[in-house]
Amino acid sequence: MTEALLALWDGAFGSSYAIWSATLVRSAPLLLLGLGVALAFRAGVLNIGAEGQFLMGAISATAIAQSMGGTVPSIVMIPVMALVGALAGASWAGIAAWLRQRFGVLEVISTIMLNFIALASISWMVRGPLQEPTRIYPQSAEIPGPAQWPFLIPGQRLHLGFVIGLLACGIAWVVLTRTAIGFRIRAVGASPSAATSAGGIAVAGTVLRVFLVSGACAGLAGAAEVGGVTWALYEGISPGYGYTAIAVALLARLHPGWIIVSAIFFGALEAGASAMQRDAGIPSVVVQVIVALVILGVLAGSQRRVIAGAATLGAEGRR
Amino acid sequence: MDALLIPFLDATIRTATPLAYAALGEVVTERSGVINIGLEGIIIAGCLGGLIAAGAGGPTVGFLGGALAGLLMAALFALFVLRLKADAIITGTALTLLGLGLTGTVYRGVFGLEGAALGTPSIAPIALPGLSSLPLVGPVFFTQTVMTYLLYLLVPLLAWWLARTHTGLALRAIGESRTAAHAAGIAVDRIRWGAILFGGVMGGLCGATLVLGQVGTFTEGMSAGRGFIAIAIVVLGRWRVVGTALAALLFGGAFALQYLLQAVGWALPYQLFLALPYLLTLVMLAALRGRAEAPAELASHEG
Repeated sequence: MTEALLALWDGAFGSSYAIWSATLVRSAPLLLLGLGVALAFRAGVLNIGAEGQFLMGAISATAIAQSMGGTVPSIVMIPVMALVGALAGASWAGIAAWLRQRFGVLEVISTIMLNFIALASISWMVRGPLQEPTRIYPQSAEIPGPAQWPFLIPGQRLHLGFVIGLLACGIAWVVLTRTAIGFRIRAVGASPSAATSAGGIAVAGTVLRVFLVSGACAGLAGAAEVGGVTWALYEGISPGYGYTAIAVALLARLHPGWIIVSAIFFGALEAGASAMQRDAGIPSVVVQVIVALVILGVLAGSQRRVIAGAATLGAEGRR
Repeated sequence: MDALLIPFLDATIRTATPLAYAALGEVVTERSGVINIGLEGIIIAGCLGGLIAAGAGGPTVGFLGGALAGLLMAALFALFVLRLKADAIITGTALTLLGLGLTGTVYRGVFGLEGAALGTPSIAPIALPGLSSLPLVGPVFFTQTVMTYLLYLLVPLLAWWLARTHTGLALRAIGESRTAAHAAGIAVDRIRWGAILFGGVMGGLCGATLVLGQVGTFTEGMSAGRGFIAIAIVVLGRWRVVGTALAALLFGGAFALQYLLQAVGWALPYQLFLALPYLLTLVMLAALRGRAEAPAELASHEG
């Protein structure tokens, strides 16, 4: 037990490499994914499809990087990858948003179904259109040099995506607390009917926009993972980041500032767990158990106040 | 034609069987006015519970183990939703993650990091004497495992129970209006506990059937969204027992279609067929937007 915990700690914080090349690298996608989930939950949208939106972002970013080739400079390539990834994530979320608003389909179910369809898509992509030229391995070729996102510190693997995640959390914080848009999101989440009658807020439009932004965050995370970490597309590109993101968001009480702390906590947990599996033979899926227990703990502690908006959504939000 | 059709229909029934168990359990839970999104976690717990128990004491013990694992997961859900008044949707999501994580951890803990190749005791199809020699119907409906035959008995029994018994009526009353049922002197929480636990047992049996009657081994995440598909099946079945059983057949067909299309040498990528049940779920949920028949209490899951 002590051995396992020591391995966990060493893997997460035991050396400068562990911090800058393991923990924070794994926190990078969780920042954007957790933020996306938190924004959606704030508006009463139970988007648990971050995983699928992340995968679609990763697929699209790989595809655009491959098709633009190695001659386009990084200064163009990286923003294009980020944009395309975000658009792909938003579109994937858009399907669930459309199904909810047009047909009243519970987004909890539709986003999960879309996660499985995204998995099937990636499985096809890496054996079909995006497979590496020798056609032996189920993965894409390495993306060209200019498409590889810059590292922040020489000798460490921390990449640009982490900074983008921090910036996104900062922007979301300001927007949520200081602007009219943020007020509308919070009002819709707190009570859709009150937002309509007392606030004169167009609930459907707000819900749709938040859903799309939430998907864009996840898609951007997928692009950043391909550009900053893996440099190629393969099936296991996400160890369930999209699901961990739900715990990241709930532990942060859906607050963009606390997302940063909570994403680093879970990033450390993921990094430590891989070290623990390697050194102490403890399976790393134990992280998923911790994720679930954190969610249940937050629920038991808060008795649904955290997600007050989400709770009223079934009653009035779908009409 | 028979050479393709009979295996396809046979596979349809075989894959529909576990789905029907999970969906019928969810029908009872939802008729009491609670939606259990955590069904996926219950099913995967049933898979592993079934595997471990069957390894210790054979298939019969395996099914008991699966049911028990499902029951425990459902009890956790009921504790949070009924006792702690936590949000049912988020609790269900956590239950799913817990089930997937816990089974992965326990499986690797018990069977090693690689998850040793396992010779799971499994149940074989039994040809019912007489009935199984009927043309077409025989090999399709009456050459199945005992779990399918139990289902043939369970469906009418459950339909009768829900429609005709005192408890069935009380359950439906709670689903329509909790406050009215409470005013009429019905023990709302006790019946909801019962409904959720029943859903857990059925979900656990779904998992055990998947392992012992269909796949023959355990793999991490093998429930593969069946919990969510079962919830869609309930919607398609309009929250009725017989309707749900028939809807399960449709989804069984969607899973079985990949065998059929592989057999005829279809040129489309196989991933398309892997995605088919999920696509079908989305299409069906969208097509059935008239939700008038849903238990009224489901619409307000804040209870």
